Amino acid sequence: MTTETADSAAAVGTVAPAADPGFLQRHGSTIEYVLIPGAAVVGALAVFGVFVMLFGKNPLDLYFYMYQGAFGTWFSWQNTLTRAAPLILTALCTALPAQLGMVIIGGEGALLMGALSATSAALALQGLPPLVIQIAMVCAGVIGGGLWIMLSGALRQYRGVNETISSLLLVYIALAILNHLVEGAMRDPASLNKPSTREIGAANMIGTIPGTDVHWGLVFGLIAAIAAYILIYHTVFGFAARVAGGNIRAAKIVGLGVTKLILTICFLAGGAAGLAGMVEVAAVQGRTNANLAAGYGFTGILVAFLARQNPLAIIPVAILLGGISASGGLLQRRLGLPDASVLVLQGIIFVFVLASDALYGRIGFLKGKS
Amino acid sequence: MIIGETPPPSGAFGVDAIAMTMRFGDFLALDNVELKVRPGSFHALLGENGAGKSTLVKCIMGYYHATEGDILVGGREQAISNPKDAHALGLGMVYQHFTLVPAMTVAENLVLARDDVPAVVNWPKEMKELEVFLARMPFKVPLGARVSDISAGERQKCEILKQLYLKRRFLILDEPTSVLTPAEADEVLGMLRDMVVKGELTILMITHKFREVMAFADDVTILRRGKLAGAGKVSELTPDAMARTMIGAEELTVQPPRTGEAGKARLELAKIRALDDAGAIAVHDVSLTVRAGEIVGIAGVSGNGQRQLVEVLAGQREAESGEIRVAGDPYHASREEMRRHRMSLLPEEPLKNACVGGMSVADNIAFREFDRQPFASAGWWLNRSAFRDDAKKKIGQYKIKTRTPEMPISALSGGNVQRAVLARELAGDVEVLIAANPCFGLDFAAVAQIHAEIMAARNRGAAVLLVSEDLDELLELSDRLVVMFHGEFVYEARTSEADLTVVGRHMAGH
Repeated sequence: MTTETADSAAAVGTVAPAADPGFLQRHGSTIEYVLIPGAAVVGALAVFGVFVMLFGKNPLDLYFYMYQGAFGTWFSWQNTLTRAAPLILTALCTALPAQLGMVIIGGEGALLMGALSATSAALALQGLPPLVIQIAMVCAGVIGGGLWIMLSGALRQYRGVNETISSLLLVYIALAILNHLVEGAMRDPASLNKPSTREIGAANMIGTIPGTDVHWGLVFGLIAAIAAYILIYHTVFGFAARVAGGNIRAAKIVGLGVTKLILTICFLAGGAAGLAGMVEVAAVQGRTNANLAAGYGFTGILVAFLARQNPLAIIPVAILLGGISASGGLLQRRLGLPDASVLVLQGIIFVFVLASDALYGRIGFLKGKS
Repeated sequence: MIIGETPPPSGAFGVDAIAMTMRFGDFLALDNVELKVRPGSFHALLGENGAGKSTLVKCIMGYYHATEGDILVGGREQAISNPKDAHALGLGMVYQHFTLVPAMTVAENLVLARDDVPAVVNWPKEMKELEVFLARMPFKVPLGARVSDISAGERQKCEILKQLYLKRRFLILDEPTSVLTPAEADEVLGMLRDMVVKGELTILMITHKFREVMAFADDVTILRRGKLAGAGKVSELTPDAMARTMIGAEELTVQPPRTGEAGKARLELAKIRALDDAGAIAVHDVSLTVRAGEIVGIAGVSGNGQRQLVEVLAGQREAESGEIRVAGDPYHASREEMRRHRMSLLPEEPLKNACVGGMSVADNIAFREFDRQPFASAGWWLNRSAFRDDAKKKIGQYKIKTRTPEMPISALSGGNVQRAVLARELAGDVEVLIAANPCFGLDFAAVAQIHAEIMAARNRGAAVLLVSEDLDELLELSDRLVVMFHGEFVYEARTSEADLTVVGRHMAGH
């Protein structure tokens, strides 16, 4: 059946050139990439509205306050962007391996390892100029997170372990290591209620973008997303990765070193999430403790899927999801909804996005005539 | 829904397709085609790839709904809206590829295929009934054997038996012998032929093997580009006449004559052992030398380790043991080695083995060279215009039919995908060429072009290893012929001195 349609498509090109198929058809797949995830979000919001009605609230109020809490004021915009920053980075942890056909869902673990490494670097280098410490924290965060996800890639490549499972399980190992260290060797004796490491020092924090309350992590995220896009679509490395991700057999037959590709991509992916951990330490928390496991790594998976694993699309999607999480506080205050309701919404969105995958190429009015 | 009456309760019946037109968007897959299959006849349907054969039978089986036209079953008009309707009328189809469950026994597969499988199967009773059924059939298959343990010929018999067991009396066979040895093909078709002669069955067979048409078919219908190109009695036609009708006025690439003598050993395999996906030994310590300016053909029925051997050479599978040398150097299928030795690979099923379906034709053509000038500047930045320029040149040179170089390669027909791979692999000076079933399922024009390219590479001094299930192709092209059976090379001869019956016997393992 597929060869038949393929034949027909090719024959149209040679035997009887089709008339100009029109704007909708020519840009059909691009429109789909916007329309389908958009519809999934709208559908999820509608279902969430029903969920809120069960609590006896008016869904229209809900949508209004969500907008207010996410994008309504300059204050809420800043809150949204602050939350979007780590999401961009953790989303890259899923989107980059996806170019190679791998499903990595362990961004949270890489974030924690990045945070731990960055904190360790800062504490070890205390006394040096802040800029040196900050650069060291970036490097340590990237390496810590990168090696963590590279471990997943290596397990897959050398031992045949499924990378989805291993990266997820490594999250819990990372959390255990973090707890072990902050409650033991690295614990600040002064942190009584919440075991934490010592502070990295106010001078070593990376601060905010001038004129805003948004920290520099957002810029890190934007640069990383754009760099990832260029890497995948404009470089030899990205081309090789897309060949291997598209068809591993084709990559092997032209002699591409698949193992090297996998390990490198996994390192870069983990490095992005590790950088998110570094940002959380150096711009928000100032130290490492269990607060860092706030779920940015898991929300990043949702961002990556909603962005169809496209590094550039991750930016607006991360801002949208950042907005949803930023609105949680307002929903709690104004509607009396539990704080976790936005997690319910995130879950619903994820289900819708995964289910909407089946729609690609099936929307009638966007299809080419051949 | 079925309108009118069902055909007579027993015996063969005919099927007519009248003025069939099938449109896919702007594309006319069938244009006013007529097909008349007489009751109790063996009818061959000939045509190149994309001529509309599959579309026509899919309309008859209810997978497609023809834009215009009628289907007459047993002389009565029937509206067949889905395959279930077709089955109820006694129409059955045997596909090119097997549809049996390998892990189940033959008996289980037969019972499973029924519409009315009870929740609890009374096996002793079913087995007794199956044995009674089998006693009436010309084929014998071991009911208790697992499908994975029986040969390809037996599996094809099972597929046919399954249709007969389901009381189908009009069988459509889609290239049924492509996985069989010539002897197995003759046996299966001969038995079907006997049933047709007895009036129990009508057969419509899609094929491209003229030998089978001449030996077994009564009538033939030939399609070309969606139109009826000719029809008639086989006894009044010659293979040449049928071929001309199939191809029309199209010019075929002329194959260059074989020139030059074989030179030094270029590709050497020493005791290569490889496993299949299930972990069983598929390639059993084989050794072979291919010299420069020589085509070595590997014959064998599919599934005797040829695929795994090619995968080892292509870097898609690790050899368990043994050594490969190219021009004397050890070879591990790395990009650097493939480049240094100017190796080219034409794997079977190019879309699955050598292309990324979602990437463009231009990208796919650049797979071997994208990391070098002019495709990559400074070794890392992709130069998009170089991709496009190179693709445009090769699309013209290799007659690849595509609307633009930016089309995803999966939108191309099989022949054009293979041409794109050919353009990529044979662009430079080839020193070692490994081809596996390079012409499988392609039309005459593509086959002629590929054969000419392979022969030309040989004449330029390349060492060519050609693995094929098509014996005629091997006899035409190779200098030396090796037969592979159960993972071993069991026979070797110069092609000019090879005896076809001896080759066939070795292919079947005798």
